Amino acid sequence: MRFSRILLFATCLAAGAWAQAGQKLYQFHCAFCHGKGDDGFAANLVTPNLVHAPTETSLLNIIRNGIPGTDMPPALGMTDAEMSEVAGYVRSLGRSAPTSVAGDAAKGKVLYSGKGGCSGCHMVEGKGGRSGPDLTQIGAMRSPSNLRTSIVEPDAAMVGGWSMVHVTMKDGRKVSGIRLNEDNFYLSLRDGKAQLQTIDKSATSAIQRDINKSSMPNYSKVFNAEELDNMIAYLFSLRGGL
Amino acid sequence: MRFATLFLTASALFAQSNSGDWLHFQGNVEGHRHSPLKQITKANAGKLKLAWAMQLDRTDKFEASPIVRGGIMYISEPPSDVTALETRSGKVLWRYKRVLPDNVPFCCGKVNRGVAIAGDLVFIGTLDAHLVALDASTGNVVWDVAVADYKKGYSSTVAPLIVKDNVIIGSAGGEFGARGYLAAYDAKTGKQAWRTWTVPAAGEKGTDTWLGDSYKYGSATTWMTGSYDPGTNQIFWGTGNPGPDWKSDKRKGDNLYSNSLLSLDADTGKMKWYFQFTPHDVHDWDSTQVPIVADDMWQGKLRKLILFANRNAFYYVFDRETGEYLLGKQYVRQTWAQKDLDAKGRPTVLPNTSPTEQGNMVYPNSPGATNFQAPSYSPSTKLHYVMTRDEGGVFYSGDDTYKEGSWYLAGRFVSKPGEEATGAIKAMDPKTGTAKWEYPLSSPSWAGVLTTAGGLAVSATGDGDVLALDDTTGKLLWKFPTGGKAFANPISYTAADGKQHIAIATGHTLWSFSLE
Repeated sequence: MRFSRILLFATCLAAGAWAQAGQKLYQFHCAFCHGKGDDGFAANLVTPNLVHAPTETSLLNIIRNGIPGTDMPPALGMTDAEMSEVAGYVRSLGRSAPTSVAGDAAKGKVLYSGKGGCSGCHMVEGKGGRSGPDLTQIGAMRSPSNLRTSIVEPDAAMVGGWSMVHVTMKDGRKVSGIRLNEDNFYLSLRDGKAQLQTIDKSATSAIQRDINKSSMPNYSKVFNAEELDNMIAYLFSLRGGL
Repeated sequence: MRFATLFLTASALFAQSNSGDWLHFQGNVEGHRHSPLKQITKANAGKLKLAWAMQLDRTDKFEASPIVRGGIMYISEPPSDVTALETRSGKVLWRYKRVLPDNVPFCCGKVNRGVAIAGDLVFIGTLDAHLVALDASTGNVVWDVAVADYKKGYSSTVAPLIVKDNVIIGSAGGEFGARGYLAAYDAKTGKQAWRTWTVPAAGEKGTDTWLGDSYKYGSATTWMTGSYDPGTNQIFWGTGNPGPDWKSDKRKGDNLYSNSLLSLDADTGKMKWYFQFTPHDVHDWDSTQVPIVADDMWQGKLRKLILFANRNAFYYVFDRETGEYLLGKQYVRQTWAQKDLDAKGRPTVLPNTSPTEQGNMVYPNSPGATNFQAPSYSPSTKLHYVMTRDEGGVFYSGDDTYKEGSWYLAGRFVSKPGEEATGAIKAMDPKTGTAKWEYPLSSPSWAGVLTTAGGLAVSATGDGDVLALDDTTGKLLWKFPTGGKAFANPISYTAADGKQHIAIATGHTLWSFSLE
């Protein structure tokens, strides 16, 4: 047990240094399209599962050769060792390193479905509500401090695809929901009853889009400091097998 | 046999150039992207139907706009392939598939914007920086020349332009420090007629606009098709950003001839005049938009003009004989320069608008007010139709080490956080530099605009709804949801059965519409 802990620590340290060297290369070769990872115009890399790169081998292959049929180019002027460094950094973007956190995850789990009422809106492993992001792998995707921000200052930790829209129809009906898609002519949303609706915009009189506002309540007054730690410990433990 | 003879006769008839052909990237060499066809009108546009569609073999971005001659369509498919189609049915007649080397450099997708045609040959610039002439009947390679060395960061994505006996071709590579050029090749033989570099070499005039030897990696590439004025025998071509894109302290100076409009003698390539829109650009606002050659009244006098809607958010008009700057006006939101250009059209850059390590927010974003969305000019409305985008960007500076054949960006940009970009199709009045009308788009589009003598302005939303608007009011007449993102430019042509079609690529499909 003791041995395995030491080994884990050593592995994390090595991976950390590796990723740091990769960060500089990433800035030079990748950031043009991928931004910091989740703010560029290319694929989001801040995700635990990269669709084209489930394994380390496939991630390296993509860096070396690009992805045929997409805008992703091959590495230009990178050595094999440098490609490995970039791969390490890219993987670190979407998978938070396991660290110890202060709270008690078991107590957090009770708060999650009890006082917090989180499962009314979020799913974990297929159970729960549909008004917020699935949290099955949230611990692998986020750092403990980011999870804290999500709970006490939800607007500051908004993720794309979850903004609310409030529509007033010309006949006076009002429809609200999570905006799924909008173009010049149609607006699609998931309403409070999880029904999927597509609205012809010519039949609307007003559309209010809460672009930077999370629909999640602020929990800073709901949980005390200890409860907050426990919540974070529980959420951080949700790694979906990663 | 008899049938075959009849068919050949019909083919020969169509092989002659007629008003239903679309012979150049922009329809004509003047860059108008305007069709003289009138079968589709404002009154019947609502009845347009899909005639056929052609699916790509690959899933790379489809930015090409077709050429049509004699009932046959020629279109490039990404990355550097060419397909010939029959225009009544959309049936593929032949496909040329280019085998590309590994590790060809490309900044923004393995794209190609179209082919050119002259005599029996179809021309394509390739991602490995070759110019290839294909037999128009078979797709066989007739000649194939290396225009530049792809290992140095060069590639060709531009649709070539036929000017007299030459094929004019530019290059991409502005994100790799590749020194820009415009080159002319004899269409019959593939022999280079001339080459004009867009960045001066050691000892040449203009190197003093670059700090030290930074001109060596100065970019200023020529990746969008220019235009030609047969009357004055001038080629007009826009140039791209200086390299590296975003960190510029090592290339202090105006950085000629980046972000410029060049006027070249068509026979020699010699520069007659130039105008630099954005001296010392630090936002990647290439000035590679299509210049429009138009004659119109200017302050009571008929003048030979060049119209130019620039990525930097200013709209310009020049006298094309002399290069005299006539008008410059902001036409899309911008925060980088004073609202008014100076008397010579030079912008007064506002402080704190350059990229920084922490990021600096500026309008427009790097994709600019307009970009490779091809504009249109209608000789009947005398309006200049431009696909515009409105979006702020945060610009970062970074590592600026040059390494041959590798990225030379020195920074990056992201869209302004928390803001949703929008767009608009604007019908610009060149006399005032303001829009006569605009059709707002809920998200920006990369599609260009086509106008027709039937009174339509055709384009597509970013989401791939193909639109036909009234060219004088901007009123929506017809739409068709294709369900694929639009990166290409529409054309109009007469198909082999005599019907007027409107064609545009979205997603991975080329669509052709006609009346029933």
